[in-house]
Amino acid sequence: MSVDTLPPQLPTDAERGEEPPFRILMRAFFRSPVAVAGLVLLAAIVLLALLAPFIAPQNPYDLNQLDIMDSRLPPGSQSMAGMTYWLGTDDQGRDMLSGIIYGLRISLGVGVSSALFAALFGASLGLLAAYIGGRTETAIMRIVDLQLSFPSILVALMILAFLGKGILNVVLALVIVEWATYARAARGTALTERRKEYMEAAESLAIPRWRILFVHLLPNCLPPLIVIATVQVARAISLEATLSFLGLGVPITEPSLGLLVANGYQYMLSGMTWISFYPGVALLITVVAINLVGDRLRDVLNPRGRE
Amino acid sequence: MTAAIVRRLFQAAMVMFAMTVIVFIAVNVIGDPVDILISPDADQIERARVVQALGLDLPLWQQYLRFLQAALHGDLGQSYVYNEPALGVILQRLPATLELAVSAILIAIVVGVPLGLYAGLRPDGIVSRIIMTVSILGFSLPTFWVGLVLIMLFGVQLGWLPSGGRGQTAELFGVQWAFLTKDGLAHLILPSFNLALFDACLILRLTRAGVAEVLPLDYIKFARAKGLKETRVIGIHVSKNIMIPVVTIVGLEFGSIVAFSVVTESVFSWPGMGKLIIDSINVLDRPIITAYLMAIVAFFVIINLVVDLTYTALDPRVRLQGEGS
Repeated sequence: MSVDTLPPQLPTDAERGEEPPFRILMRAFFRSPVAVAGLVLLAAIVLLALLAPFIAPQNPYDLNQLDIMDSRLPPGSQSMAGMTYWLGTDDQGRDMLSGIIYGLRISLGVGVSSALFAALFGASLGLLAAYIGGRTETAIMRIVDLQLSFPSILVALMILAFLGKGILNVVLALVIVEWATYARAARGTALTERRKEYMEAAESLAIPRWRILFVHLLPNCLPPLIVIATVQVARAISLEATLSFLGLGVPITEPSLGLLVANGYQYMLSGMTWISFYPGVALLITVVAINLVGDRLRDVLNPRGRE
Repeated sequence: MTAAIVRRLFQAAMVMFAMTVIVFIAVNVIGDPVDILISPDADQIERARVVQALGLDLPLWQQYLRFLQAALHGDLGQSYVYNEPALGVILQRLPATLELAVSAILIAIVVGVPLGLYAGLRPDGIVSRIIMTVSILGFSLPTFWVGLVLIMLFGVQLGWLPSGGRGQTAELFGVQWAFLTKDGLAHLILPSFNLALFDACLILRLTRAGVAEVLPLDYIKFARAKGLKETRVIGIHVSKNIMIPVVTIVGLEFGSIVAFSVVTESVFSWPGMGKLIIDSINVLDRPIITAYLMAIVAFFVIINLVVDLTYTALDPRVRLQGEGS
């Protein structure tokens, strides 16, 4: 193919008087009121987690602010110092509302960072598998299939049984649990993408392989990966909470929402239900908000994907 | 066909072997069991005696060979805590987990299929919309928290049902079962509903999608044109054709129900395998952890093998592919 036959430079979106794709997507996203509600809720939750030290009425880690006399008070009680505990206090006299806001930080942090690392690792392997093919592809996909045939909770449980508690260990376990999902999705998309003409064009221009892989192929595989990443953050948060509830997750010094629920578990049978109940509600709202946004993203980015 | 089966069996054996290596090495990295087993007051001689008795002084690879040789004889070590063979301790807990898992699957089918049928037949009705919204919630709710809410509501506030334990058991085929006694059944209700929730929602959505797909097809129109009663059209013509994916999912989900029973058993203090493994991890009872992991991996390898072989037998495309390569 001679250079002369290359198509002329296409006009940019603005020149054609069209909206850029990103803005079209945004408009489509905002057409669903439920998804917008989810997004607003999610933004509020993220802000709450980020600004925890400025918003929370109390720093639950600061022992000077705690009073053991205030332990296990029902919601709405007054503290000895005149502060109102809107959601009650736990067994160490910590304000539950503050505990939840700080717990959100841990839960969201663990969920987002594990999804991010898993996406980086899994998507790279998936792309490599699709691009290189042959034995490399077979080997990678075998491991993916093997891992996906075991339930996520079981794999995470095994890893944490070996590594022990700790935030980093939980993140590592979640990354190991989740990477396979990204790898499979990335490979699937990349296999269809690499047959397209722009890939052929890039290859015939003798661009270096790594550049083709990361500059040409990767961006075009992103939409489905973004959808998966959103849903996986919710799954990671939920799984982390479950593991922490079982006593295998984060350490007691950095309580996530799941650990807060676990702490209240022993007092539940004596009727002190608020210690477990409200952290669970916070967990539920977070997961539902993320799922609502993720559902809408899937509709917008992949219009054929749903019934 | 035979070659495919042999190759599949070989793969399954390789997975099992790889798992013994991973599990053994990994389990030996967690903490030092000597500290737990021997009281801090014990002298050096006593410590050395116990370490030698458990073989903890040998190099890791020798410990592994000993472990592998014993494992092939069905001996996965002596539990540090129960002082009984680890595999035996786990198998004792198996009936409790099985009865929980089976009742959960049954509940998921009994709840999921009719609701899914209803939602599929009246996709625009208000009730259908409520059913679908609730099913999304069922996916989002973490199992352990639903369990806590169930205990809070039915156990503590209303006091209708017991909130933990397995209750009375009765013997059948030499095994103790809870579902044979009234007390045991009462104890079974909350945990099995808790465990069933996720799969009930899954089956519900599958059934609904199946109905939506089948209803516009010609043979349904024909059945109606013949003047068949609506109950017969739905009960026979629709149901038969939507059951295939549902049955597949029920088979595949059985494994993950057993895995997720870890959570439910911990919430409801149900004395099954799941609660045992969590307790054992907390006290670093290594032989139990190893034996549980080996047993569960074997369980999953067998489930996957059966599913694969069934597909090979049923689906000509898979069969031909297997022979071609």
